[in-house]
Amino acid sequence: MRLDILNRGYSPGTKMLFATIRMFSGHPVPDAAKLVFYRPGFYGAKARAFTHEAMRGPSAWSVADRELMAAYVSKVNDSAFCIGAHTATASQAYQDGAKAQAALTDPDSAPIEDGLRATLRMLGKLTRDGTVSGADLREVLSAGVSRQQVADALAVCAAFNTTNRLADAFGFEVLSRDDFEAGAKFLLKRGYR
Amino acid sequence: MPDEDEKRAAFRALEERILAGDGAASPEQRAAAFANAGVAPALQGLIAKVASRPTLITSADFDAATAAGFSEDQIFEMVVSAAVGQSARLYDAGLAALAAATDNEAAG
Repeated sequence: MRLDILNRGYSPGTKMLFATIRMFSGHPVPDAAKLVFYRPGFYGAKARAFTHEAMRGPSAWSVADRELMAAYVSKVNDSAFCIGAHTATASQAYQDGAKAQAALTDPDSAPIEDGLRATLRMLGKLTRDGTVSGADLREVLSAGVSRQQVADALAVCAAFNTTNRLADAFGFEVLSRDDFEAGAKFLLKRGYR
Repeated sequence: MPDEDEKRAAFRALEERILAGDGAASPEQRAAAFANAGVAPALQGLIAKVASRPTLITSADFDAATAAGFSEDQIFEMVVSAAVGQSARLYDAGLAALAAATDNEAAG
């Protein structure tokens, strides 16, 4: 990563944890995981709590839908690490990689529910333009999405606009497909805490 | 209310920690990075890119900040503050539009 402290500035206990993860998983520790272990009292602890709540907390959206939103926001931001990580996670969560890929390529023609389609469009516009209107939100609501579901989708959007920015600022290493698949399996089993 | 839910509260806790808690950068420096306004000249390029075009960031942006005397921990904190700040603006804009949409619905 672009700051030496993010490559080497960990406590002995955290270095031991990273070594244990590498040994038992057979995969490198992703930079996204390293980041939240660097001075966790400043960013990582609160970021993990918020991201877990957004992605795994109570919601009418499925985990798969929220992972797809995370991948879609990442795609709009062109954030390579997060696209790889969350496309893999959404694909595993749906048990349908073609569906996730189709939604990321073109939500308008993808085989997804109209409410999810409208929500992805709105999140894309908000991420790209920095703003959305009441009319944009009425379109989402009229597609059958509840007010709480919109709020939940906005939380996913905030979580991944943060992570995308940090991934690209600090220069997260883009992993191999196998490594992303292993990370996805971990995220679906353990979440973000 | 959706804008007072647990997800929003968890994001507010993150904002609060970054802006008001202890840090290597001063609270004023973190607040400026969060707002992407009033940032020290050597950091303006980096912080503006974090907020608007993070894929354009290069090592040269970090080099400019360290050459001006900022420590890596200060830079780390201000980059995090900028990322959370831009996300906070998006979150607020989305919730405000949701409120506008549902207020009109209730009125209409």
